[in-house]
Amino acid sequence: MTALLEATDLVKHYRGVKAVDGVSLAIEQGVCFGLLGPNGAGKTTTVEMLEGINEPTSGDVRYQGGPLGSRFRDEAGIMFQTTALQDYITVRETLEMFRRMYPRTVSLPELIESCSLQEFLDRDNRKLSGGQRQRLLLAIALVNDPQVVFLDEPTTGLDPQARRNFWALVHDIKAAGKTVILTTHYMEEAYELCDEIIIMDHGKIISQGTPKALLAKHFNDVVLQLPKEDFPAGYGKLSVTVLDGKDAVEILTSDVNETIHQLVEMAVPLNRLQIRQRTLEDLFLELTGKELRA
Amino acid sequence: MRLYRFLAILGPRNKEFWRDRAALAWNFLFPIAVVVGFAIAFSGQGPDLYKVGLVEGTPQELAFLDTKYVQFVPVDDVDKAVVKVERHQLDMLLDPASRRYWVNDSSPAGYVLERLLQGGDQGLSKQLVTGDEIRYVDWLISGILAMNLMFSALFGVGFVIVRYRKNGVLKRLRASPLTAFEFLAAQVVSRLWLLIAISVLVFVGTDLFLDYRMYGSYLDLLIVFILGAMCLISLGLLFAARIASEELAGGLLNLISWPMMFLSGVWFSLEGVNPWIQKLALLLPLTHVIDGARAIMIDGAGLLDIAPNLIVLAGMTALFLALGSWLFRWE
Repeated sequence: MTALLEATDLVKHYRGVKAVDGVSLAIEQGVCFGLLGPNGAGKTTTVEMLEGINEPTSGDVRYQGGPLGSRFRDEAGIMFQTTALQDYITVRETLEMFRRMYPRTVSLPELIESCSLQEFLDRDNRKLSGGQRQRLLLAIALVNDPQVVFLDEPTTGLDPQARRNFWALVHDIKAAGKTVILTTHYMEEAYELCDEIIIMDHGKIISQGTPKALLAKHFNDVVLQLPKEDFPAGYGKLSVTVLDGKDAVEILTSDVNETIHQLVEMAVPLNRLQIRQRTLEDLFLELTGKELRA
Repeated sequence: MRLYRFLAILGPRNKEFWRDRAALAWNFLFPIAVVVGFAIAFSGQGPDLYKVGLVEGTPQELAFLDTKYVQFVPVDDVDKAVVKVERHQLDMLLDPASRRYWVNDSSPAGYVLERLLQGGDQGLSKQLVTGDEIRYVDWLISGILAMNLMFSALFGVGFVIVRYRKNGVLKRLRASPLTAFEFLAAQVVSRLWLLIAISVLVFVGTDLFLDYRMYGSYLDLLIVFILGAMCLISLGLLFAARIASEELAGGLLNLISWPMMFLSGVWFSLEGVNPWIQKLALLLPLTHVIDGARAIMIDGAGLLDIAPNLIVLAGMTALFLALGSWLFRWE
């Protein structure tokens, strides 16, 4: 089966700096594909090369087996990380402008309803809140009923409620059978939305797979969390890894029963003990050695 | 080139301009204010050309004192007035009682006044010029309208594209099927009809009060302004082809607009200035717009008479558009 979008050995140089270094990937129809990585990892440059707006220094991007051309431009929807819209134009006029650029479009009422734009349809673009603006930018990306939708850090700067509302919109896009390519800083967002992810650092892919498969591949333990004041200073008796945080201690163990047994023997109070599964955030830290928003 | 994409971007660009009230008002009010200001300033008998200090308390029987366009300033302290002559604050000091006058040898105005005072050549008979008088404002209106075209074209197109590029509007448009040619064509057409509409309204509006002399065809004048506007818009596109800094764009646009404002004959004729300056002025599109428009209005010239100006403007338009399209970058 031919991938919807396929990149082969993408390289991008900027004034002697290699921003992307040999990235190859294949994205199937109907999946949500996530690109994760710390700032400067090369994910935005990679996405821009996939979008066809940034020319690779070398390498190739193909859409449905052919080069990126006018068909791709007609069938792709793009929401940039940062973008501006024309001043003095209303939300409705902006949508109409973009609709008129494409040979195939969705109906305006349908688009307005799906992105919840009704309340501010006749408002000047300059007077939108962060969440309203993101919904408009998403609507613009969907105006041509795209086969593939690029979302570059779409929820950065949104409050938690607005972010969750945005996730619901992305779920709807996925449900409609569209392919979504998402870059994000938020691991819970990637976990919630993505069927497959790649983690990038220094311009290279350092890990790739479904979130669950990646976690299973890299971790066979769980995390026991205790408040620091409940944990004794000397923990040499424990035969597992202990991470000493600012307010809490994290114990990494693959045998919860045995570790709890040892803690009981050490007379550690367990009333405030929490047990959690490993997350993408742990994986990200393990692979890149960097904080998520560093 | 797809017409539906061209129209998609043309409409919002027009709305953007009409709704920017400050910019719209400036485009209308600036030329009107300049034309009306000059019309008032140069109405009546005109401003005095020379200043002569006249020592007070002396008989005033000199014929020279009836000379028009000379302002006679009463002076009571001769010593102080002499210093003013030295410093070019007065062009001449005259004391009729002692039949003496003071001029500064380095002052051209003083030299002319001295010749007037001494009588000049005798025995020449005066001949009167007949026909409609061409006022300064009749001569000026073409320059003012052309200058407004220039500023509006260069800054209204060039500067806006640079701002679009800087804040990411162009990047967003690039992600759509819109081509660079469709985008640039929409910018040219949008600004062209706005400029022409504004120029016509300003011309007609001020003509109601100032009644310009017009010896040529209004249609020919319109054609000159349309071609001139296209040329200046294309020049704006060329300057905005790659720049992403508003500061740099502002500097470059000033660099091209100020020489045009002073060397293209907006305010004064270049007759008699250094021939090199006159040749340099011919390289500026604004010179050809103004020369063509003035020839139509004041000399009654037709399109054939100003064909050299039209050909240069058409050639420059083609050159600027071709270069601008070739150099254009979305980012």
